[in-house]
Amino acid sequence: MDFDWMKIPYAFLTVFIVVNYGFLMTALIQKIGARAGRRYGIPIWQNYIDMIKNYSLRSSITHGVMFYLGPVFRLSGGVGLLLFVPTIYGSYMFSNFSFAGDLILALYFVFFGTLGMALGAGESGHPHAAIGVSRGLSQVSMAELPFAMAVFSVALQYQTLSVTDIVAAQQGGMLHWTLFTNPIAVTAAMLSFLGSMMRPPFDVVIAPQEIPIGPPTEYHSSYLAVMQTNRAIFPVAKIVIYMNLFFGGATGWPELFLKVFLLYLFSAFVGVCFPRFRVEQSVRWFLVWAVPLGILSIMVV
Amino acid sequence: MKPELMKRMVKGPDGLEFEVEPLRDYYCEAPPTVMPAAYGKIVEDLFNWARSESIWILGFGTGCGAIEMRPLMTPRFDAYRYGVQWRPTPRQANLFIISGYLSTKTLKRAIRAYEQMQNPKYVIGLGSCTINGGMYWDSYNTIKRLDDYLPVDLYIAGCMPRPEALLAGFMDLKKLIRAGNGEGANQYAENFAWYKENQKRVIHDWDMPDYNW
Amino acid sequence: MAMKELYARLKALFPLGELTEQRKDLAFVTVPAEHLRATILHLRDKEGFTHLVLLTAVDWLEEGRFQLTYLLNNRQRACDIGLRVMIPRDAATMEGIHDIWPTAATYQRELREMFGIDFPGSPRIEEDFILEGWNDIPPYRRDFDTLKYAQENYSERPGRVTHDPETHMRLQLYPGSKP
Repeated sequence: MDFDWMKIPYAFLTVFIVVNYGFLMTALIQKIGARAGRRYGIPIWQNYIDMIKNYSLRSSITHGVMFYLGPVFRLSGGVGLLLFVPTIYGSYMFSNFSFAGDLILALYFVFFGTLGMALGAGESGHPHAAIGVSRGLSQVSMAELPFAMAVFSVALQYQTLSVTDIVAAQQGGMLHWTLFTNPIAVTAAMLSFLGSMMRPPFDVVIAPQEIPIGPPTEYHSSYLAVMQTNRAIFPVAKIVIYMNLFFGGATGWPELFLKVFLLYLFSAFVGVCFPRFRVEQSVRWFLVWAVPLGILSIMVV
Repeated sequence: MKPELMKRMVKGPDGLEFEVEPLRDYYCEAPPTVMPAAYGKIVEDLFNWARSESIWILGFGTGCGAIEMRPLMTPRFDAYRYGVQWRPTPRQANLFIISGYLSTKTLKRAIRAYEQMQNPKYVIGLGSCTINGGMYWDSYNTIKRLDDYLPVDLYIAGCMPRPEALLAGFMDLKKLIRAGNGEGANQYAENFAWYKENQKRVIHDWDMPDYNW
Repeated sequence: MAMKELYARLKALFPLGELTEQRKDLAFVTVPAEHLRATILHLRDKEGFTHLVLLTAVDWLEEGRFQLTYLLNNRQRACDIGLRVMIPRDAATMEGIHDIWPTAATYQRELREMFGIDFPGSPRIEEDFILEGWNDIPPYRRDFDTLKYAQENYSERPGRVTHDPETHMRLQLYPGSKP
């Protein structure tokens, strides 16, 4: 099998662009949330400063091998998610490692990081981490269910498991987007999107005011810096998948930046308006509202 | 000392009896070491700039001064513009604000939280009770001089200082860190025996390891 | 008026001391220690004083006694009555009322730690309440010198000056005396 070595520097370039965009965009979204609360919020480049500060801490405490591997799994989940789907449709440079079955791989990688993090947080031995892990996994597994059903529905609709083909089928104008040809699946997927973005009303796991911090309780200095880097990459990668599946993909970087920002803004809008759900309330919410829509979308297509 | 912290024989689930001594088994017994700056001047200046622009405060309000930290999170004073964030866990925090009087009971918990923070870490003493005992100068329960027990970088005087005074204190702390003088953790490690002796003199029921890693 | 009538009714049943009316709705009366429980139960069940406001102690060092004050409140009539109980100061002990009001257990823990008054049978009375590892006499007693304890145990920052007028005049008039 011949391997295209030229893709490796292009993959680095994609990750570099996405990391910078993720840092700046998450800070911008936090500033927008702060403006909704009538204050100015953090500076735009604060994520860079936080990352440099966390790497520059001189000491760190380790709890074992799995504790060290937790953030590594999470970051590899984020980077893998980004590289295995075509970022820019039609571009040789930026379609990375996408291949014929990458839709199923994308579903796997979305959950992979959370699992690795759960194992690492469990080994830290802190009781708050264990509580956060059990809450987080139960919430995320219920939030992923409508997304998986929407993905099956879209795959059935387009008769393919390759994200590139799905994006190709959506070209040719806005009305060809899956948003308009299969709206039920898109609604189910967007409801699940709210759940997995870890923003209010579904942020009981990670909010600092809850069981202090949850899974990342014992993580500090370099471990935390790796996790914060993943916080920038993973949402962008997940939104790139959503964009490719439901909103027509992107044929150039400006279009990608705009669509990713608008989708992230959708979850931020919901986030600033609503208070938090408890875990069982959010599980019930997904079971009542999102899962029936997912089942309906599979039956209707 | 609580019974679960004492040395005793424990029967495991498979019937095997073994001896356990929690304060020695579950903690590292080494004293803290001095960790100097590991890189050259330019890199260390960059690191000090990053540390000064991104100060994470431990969300532990030890005394009445905690009420002056809350307005900083609100839109009127908005400390987030300065890069200051509150973190709930000492593992992720850089700055410990001792806000107000410190009773010996809280001092034990404050030492435990301070020792779990990572090098480099800073301490601010807020209010006159940390300077010379303040209003509680003749109390049997509060300490009178904070820097006998923890290495303090900055004092903010007042009873209580207003939030603007705290913001001015943060600006002074930033200047201090950027000049390379925020080495409280190394000072603690160098004079560890002296600090520990002072702490043990006022805390009579010591049931922690000597250094809480 | 209502307090005087209440006092008359109570005096018929229990041996009480004088009634001290502090306000129209607040009065204090001294009760012997062995009749306290019966008085409290009568006040709670028959007179409507169902709320225990506080249980505190006063140290009468010169007479060698502790005074325990039980403050009860009648919510319907919005009046308070305080029952004073005098107990000897050495080996001070009193029966607890934690089975009548469970919150009294906390007050009793505080009194045991701060004054040294024992309430046998009260839940968690042996545990440290506020002072952990305390190694001196109970600190609320009047023969405990808190300033001396603080000066001996905690180091002070030098440079404290006083602007107290009495000290200033004393140093002016008698230059050799201690500041």
